[in-house]
Amino acid sequence: MTSSTETVNKQDIIDYAARLGDDAIVIGHRLSEWVSRAPFVEEDVALGNVALDFLGHARMYYTHAAELSNEQNGTTDITEDNFAYLRDERQFQNHLLHELHKGDFAYTTARQLLIDVFNKHFLEQLKKSNDKTLAAIAVKAAKEAKYHCRRSQDWTLRLGDGTSESHERMQLALNDIWGYSHELFEVDALEQRLVDAGIAVDCTLLKADWLKEVTAIIEEATLMVPDQDWAVSGGRQGYHTEHLGHLLTEMQFVHRSFPGAKW
Amino acid sequence: MTKYNKSEAELEASFQQRVDSEQKIEPKDWMPEAYRKNLIRQMSQHAHSEIIGMQPEGNWITRAPSLRRKTVLLSKVQDEAGHGLYLYSATETLGIERSELIAALQSGKAKYASIFNYPAQTWGDMGAIGWLVDGAAIVNQVSLQRTSYGPYARGMIRICKEESFHQRQGYVIMMELAKGTPAQKQMAQDSLNRFYWPSLMMFGPHDSESAHSAKSMKWKIKRETNDDLRQKFIDQTVPQIAYLGLEHPDKDLVWNEEKGQHDSGEIDWDEFYAVINGNGHSNRQRIQHHVKAHEEGAWVRDAMSAYQQKKTQRKVNAETAA
Ligand SMILES: [Fe+2]
Ligand SMILES: [Fe+2]
Ligand SMILES: [Fe+2]
Repeated sequence: MTSSTETVNKQDIIDYAARLGDDAIVIGHRLSEWVSRAPFVEEDVALGNVALDFLGHARMYYTHAAELSNEQNGTTDITEDNFAYLRDERQFQNHLLHELHKGDFAYTTARQLLIDVFNKHFLEQLKKSNDKTLAAIAVKAAKEAKYHCRRSQDWTLRLGDGTSESHERMQLALNDIWGYSHELFEVDALEQRLVDAGIAVDCTLLKADWLKEVTAIIEEATLMVPDQDWAVSGGRQGYHTEHLGHLLTEMQFVHRSFPGAKW
Repeated sequence: MTKYNKSEAELEASFQQRVDSEQKIEPKDWMPEAYRKNLIRQMSQHAHSEIIGMQPEGNWITRAPSLRRKTVLLSKVQDEAGHGLYLYSATETLGIERSELIAALQSGKAKYASIFNYPAQTWGDMGAIGWLVDGAAIVNQVSLQRTSYGPYARGMIRICKEESFHQRQGYVIMMELAKGTPAQKQMAQDSLNRFYWPSLMMFGPHDSESAHSAKSMKWKIKRETNDDLRQKFIDQTVPQIAYLGLEHPDKDLVWNEEKGQHDSGEIDWDEFYAVINGNGHSNRQRIQHHVKAHEEGAWVRDAMSAYQQKKTQRKVNAETAA
């Protein structure tokens, strides 16, 4: 990471920050759906906590994107909310894994395991970004990601090595989502430009460590790493599953019903 | 109970003396069975209210109109879960398990605050609920900081700190709406209209009608009467409504110079009893939602204890082998 950010197209950084914000807001939304529906009250609190962490990350990424947008356009009125509330399904660029439905508690646990371990490794690298704001966000978010990882690991062990029902549910969940994990490690043209400029993380380099760590946890939980023979991708290009449209409909409806209103 | 070496009447007299001299009753102290039962009823009802109260607001987390408001609402609802937990633990000090309390909630044997049987229909309701419902709860809970049972009193002190943030976030929502577009202001007025009277009902029936009041006052479980607490709330809310520039829903409200308080219109007690007795919009939904989450979580709780057992067993095996 050596080149200067001067040579970089600002729009690329805006898009990149917005993508990271999209990942965070979408998974935060899914986690928040658990509040009042958790298996016991301690988990309502814990899932709410993790949802709040992701919401916080989304706000930091979007605010960065908004500030850069204002600089670029000579405006002052673009905010985090423009990114969350006023973009459509085709404009959202989150990874598909994040948007899949809420599912049961095993599904949520399996998904969080894959995402949290990814985030931990991703944020360690983002800390080194030449974009000082992104680096600072990563420092803050990495602390939370470590806690998220520990939590997901604990739950994977409990469910995988709990009862035969919980074991079966965990295995089914992993099988159901595994094919969505591959796109976490893709880098498209936009990200490659930013990787070259020392701003974005080269996700292709994260796969080996991620797989090693996730495999160890899955195996300790007496579960099996699913077959590698299917892969779905397209989130970063706005090519989404049908889940995202409904999520955005719900999330954006009040905001869009009152154009220009303050809340 | 030879341990105490005193007759029931003597025990009760010294208990009452402690209560009268403002000493806290602690879990290990002797207490009349009816005091214990009364406390379990009230504290578990309070705990259940925190838990069921997550639903109407939880219903809006995914739809909050800005990221800032979403963050605040989510942490507010999460606080309520924490209050529920805290109050369940405090109730358990009276010798009853959380699982029994939850079973009583789900069977309808235990109550929760009837206000949560009202539906949260608009974003404005997030404002009205935080401001008025948490506001009314605070008036009650501030009074309960002096309740005679130690764990309950200490719980209230801790909970009240967070409740003022809850009321504040509700009022902030109302302020934004009230100074916003005409449609937003209309939304605020509509929410105020729907939640004002039910908030007054939260204090319970008039003192003359209240089933549990006399004994609870003597034992200092309750410190102020329903009507006195309600009056405080009515009086504190008048300037808050005026500041928002909204219309007061009580058309009969007048300032009574002599009493130094507001005289207000009569509450619709038929509505109060109708909703308590199951005719609210959401009574069935609230319990079914709770039961569904609880049942869907059963396999998770089972897995957790199975895992814990295996872990303990492995440790034992390892130690025996060593
Ligand atoms: Fe409360
Ligand atoms: Fe509360
Ligand atoms: Fe509250």
